[in-house]
Amino acid sequence: MFDFSYTIWIVLIPLIVFIVVGFWGNKFKPLVSGIVGTSGLFVSWILSIFTAYEYFFVVGKTDEVYQQITGYNTLWLQLTDKLHIDLGVLLDPISVMMLIVVTTVSFMVHLYSVGYMKDEKGFERFFSLLSLFTFAMLGLVVATNIFQMYIFWELVGVSSYLLIGFYYTKDTAVAASKKAFIVTRFADLGFLIGILLLSYFTGTFDFITLTSPTGPAIATPPAVTFLGLSVLTWSMVLIFMGGAGKSAMFPLHIWLPDAMEGPTPVSALIHAATMVVAGVYLVARLFPIYVTVPLALHVVAWVGAFTSLFAAVIACTQYDIKRVLAYSTMSQIGYMMLALGVSGMGGHEGLGYMASMFHLFTHAFFKALLFLCAGAIIHAVHSNYMYEMGGLRKYLPITHFTFLAACLAIAGIPPFAGFFSKDEILVAAFRHNTALFIMEYIVAGLTAFYMFRLYYVIFWGEDRTYHHTPHEAPKVMTIPLIFLALGSIFTGFIPFSHLVTSDRQVLEIETEWIVAIPSIIIALVGIGVATVMYRKQTELPKRFAQALKGFYRAAYRKFYIDEVYLFITRRIIFNHISKPIAWFDRHIVDGSMNGISFVTNQASGRIKGLQSGQLQQYALVFVSGAIILALVFIYLWT
Amino acid sequence: MFLLFSAVIVIFSILTVTSRRILRAAAFLLFVLVATAGLYFLLKFNFLAAIQLTLYAGGIVVLIIFSILLTSHISEKLPTAGLMKKLPAGLTTLVGAILCISVIIQYHFPGSVGSAERIDVHMIGESLISYGKYGYALPFEVISMLLLAAMVGAIILAKKRKD
Amino acid sequence: MFEGVPLTWFLILSTIMFFVGIYGFLIRKNLITILMSIELILNSVCINFVAFNKILYPDHMEGMFFTVFIIAVAAAEASVAIAIIINIYRRIVNIDVEKMNEMKY
Repeated sequence: MFDFSYTIWIVLIPLIVFIVVGFWGNKFKPLVSGIVGTSGLFVSWILSIFTAYEYFFVVGKTDEVYQQITGYNTLWLQLTDKLHIDLGVLLDPISVMMLIVVTTVSFMVHLYSVGYMKDEKGFERFFSLLSLFTFAMLGLVVATNIFQMYIFWELVGVSSYLLIGFYYTKDTAVAASKKAFIVTRFADLGFLIGILLLSYFTGTFDFITLTSPTGPAIATPPAVTFLGLSVLTWSMVLIFMGGAGKSAMFPLHIWLPDAMEGPTPVSALIHAATMVVAGVYLVARLFPIYVTVPLALHVVAWVGAFTSLFAAVIACTQYDIKRVLAYSTMSQIGYMMLALGVSGMGGHEGLGYMASMFHLFTHAFFKALLFLCAGAIIHAVHSNYMYEMGGLRKYLPITHFTFLAACLAIAGIPPFAGFFSKDEILVAAFRHNTALFIMEYIVAGLTAFYMFRLYYVIFWGEDRTYHHTPHEAPKVMTIPLIFLALGSIFTGFIPFSHLVTSDRQVLEIETEWIVAIPSIIIALVGIGVATVMYRKQTELPKRFAQALKGFYRAAYRKFYIDEVYLFITRRIIFNHISKPIAWFDRHIVDGSMNGISFVTNQASGRIKGLQSGQLQQYALVFVSGAIILALVFIYLWT
Repeated sequence: MFLLFSAVIVIFSILTVTSRRILRAAAFLLFVLVATAGLYFLLKFNFLAAIQLTLYAGGIVVLIIFSILLTSHISEKLPTAGLMKKLPAGLTTLVGAILCISVIIQYHFPGSVGSAERIDVHMIGESLISYGKYGYALPFEVISMLLLAAMVGAIILAKKRKD
Repeated sequence: MFEGVPLTWFLILSTIMFFVGIYGFLIRKNLITILMSIELILNSVCINFVAFNKILYPDHMEGMFFTVFIIAVAAAEASVAIAIIINIYRRIVNIDVEKMNEMKY
């Protein structure tokens, strides 16, 4: 048995970096913290690649199945005689894949941040927080049991809060970080209830036991039902609620656009490639149980599809680069959820699972790349707004080409990576449910349209007058861009179906041209429309917007979801729930405490007369007491 | 004889505590103490009576009179206490007295043990310094220590300060 | 019974003297008069001891000796008390017991 216990170091090295840079970072020059952070991540990255190589190629399959190997596991807390919480590392095709994704993107972001955050106040704090986040995310993906995943889930939420609110002097950043944390925390309520239900009725937290076909969840599911649905359905739906919050699915998506207040490397790392896919990863992890409760899978699929359409429509109207990219992320994650939702278990049924994981992998590369390019652009132009840019292709050549590569990838043009992964998703949807397929088909077109709208407005069009000539980013920032661009181009060729599938066996597939050709066509249509409207500055966009007046306005205002939330919290929760509780707390709870002290004061005021200092009063009390005692003892004592 | 002495004691003690002039109260106290000495003589405790007269009547009352002369206006009438004080005090005293007297009257004391002997100074002196079963050497020494301490203490307390 | 006087009469006498002394202690305002009441109390106890000694145990002398010691202690205590009273008088030209209430709440 190959000893994988070194994998614990992949998780621990970022933690050590966090502690070292956090405590001693400001005693040295800022660059030292950057170097320490980046080199720590580099070591983790090399270790993950090594682990992947070992897992897939050296240890390989046993009986044609990739095994789930526990690299390291320690007992942490014994809850009852059956339930216990462990901490450990679980190696499995999806967790090894996620290790590669997280460490690669994190390493690129670290490298990029050395350049991007230079001369910022709080440089050391940034690196320590990035390492904290990486540690938490790695702990989440290698979790051996669902409770460990929950612990790291919360830790990821905290790190995200700290990073979004990095510019803590800005009110909008503080508000955005609070919003992110509260919304995801609210979703985690569902997650926790789901965990408790699941573990109580199956008697275990451990993933290997829960997902094994002979285990207590699948072979002998608990027969308890509540309101007509089995307890497993409830727990899976609730767990999905937690995942939906973290992955910004409708209606818990409101935090993601505002989270763009954080620095751009943070958006690249957290809100493009890693944290937001935690929800998808969760569903994938528990996928064998989801398959047994079809209702939960339907919920997953429809929520994912609706979110992708919703986000794509809004993205077409936004002006801020990062907001467009945020809605694009939401849309792509909707794709991943949809793919999981239409998937079955094993063989060709399990195509959706594989496609979802494949898309996760490729999406990480090109979305991170898009965000980092956006950072380079913002760095050059000092503004976030699309319409203050134009004609930048002359000034930022490297950024231009890498951005173009990422746009082609996300639009799904072969041979870029996005084509392969998106195509598999469309095939899975086509086989399963035609309505979902049509929704996703439209979204593919919209994706191409809004991405190229962004591309043309930034890089083509008229020159603006800039404050100073925009200059290309320094090498430390462009090297990650080039690396990620190469990833976006070539990762499509990885034989993913040989490595990651729903039942961990090899799946042989080939491109189905019935679906692939129409998807390429709609992508080209989207690109064409965008070219016509945006390549040169024209009146077309304005006329189009005026034609769809009301709908355009609603889409621009993100369909008023934020206002609905504000209404519910302010009018209903604050006024009718919080205020009475506050009144109760102030008047009754505090009032009783005040009452106790008041009574004590009054009593002491009365009693203190006994210590008056008057000798004869003391003597009187003494003598009369003695006489009364004598009376009691002589006559009344029986 | 006994009735005479006890009458003197009772009447003069009541007068001591209720008199309005201090010097008269001191004089009444003197009479009480002398009458007590008389009681001792009656009970044939001659030595004790002598000690009572010397120390108590002669020493302590003189001391009290000296302190009266030092500290108060002797011709002034002492204020009496108000009713608020008299009532509880009187009540307590009355109840206590009635309680004790009723207990005493009801109790049946055992008869006397042993026969009366004549007590002379010789025997007293021997007991005072013997340390056997009926010897009082230890209390004697302790009392002498106490008197020394009281003397030193009183001198230091009442000394006039140099400032 | 001693020469026709029963023990209870002695005891009643001493009880009356004791309670008169207590009454005086509780009533009087001047510190020296309080001291005089204390002497009354001590004296009553002396009579008690002596009466018990002579009537119940005539061949012993414990009662007498106890009385001797009581008298000695009373002397010591009276002298110290007078010293304190004089000190108080020097400080506040007043020996009213109601004015001495500094050790209070």
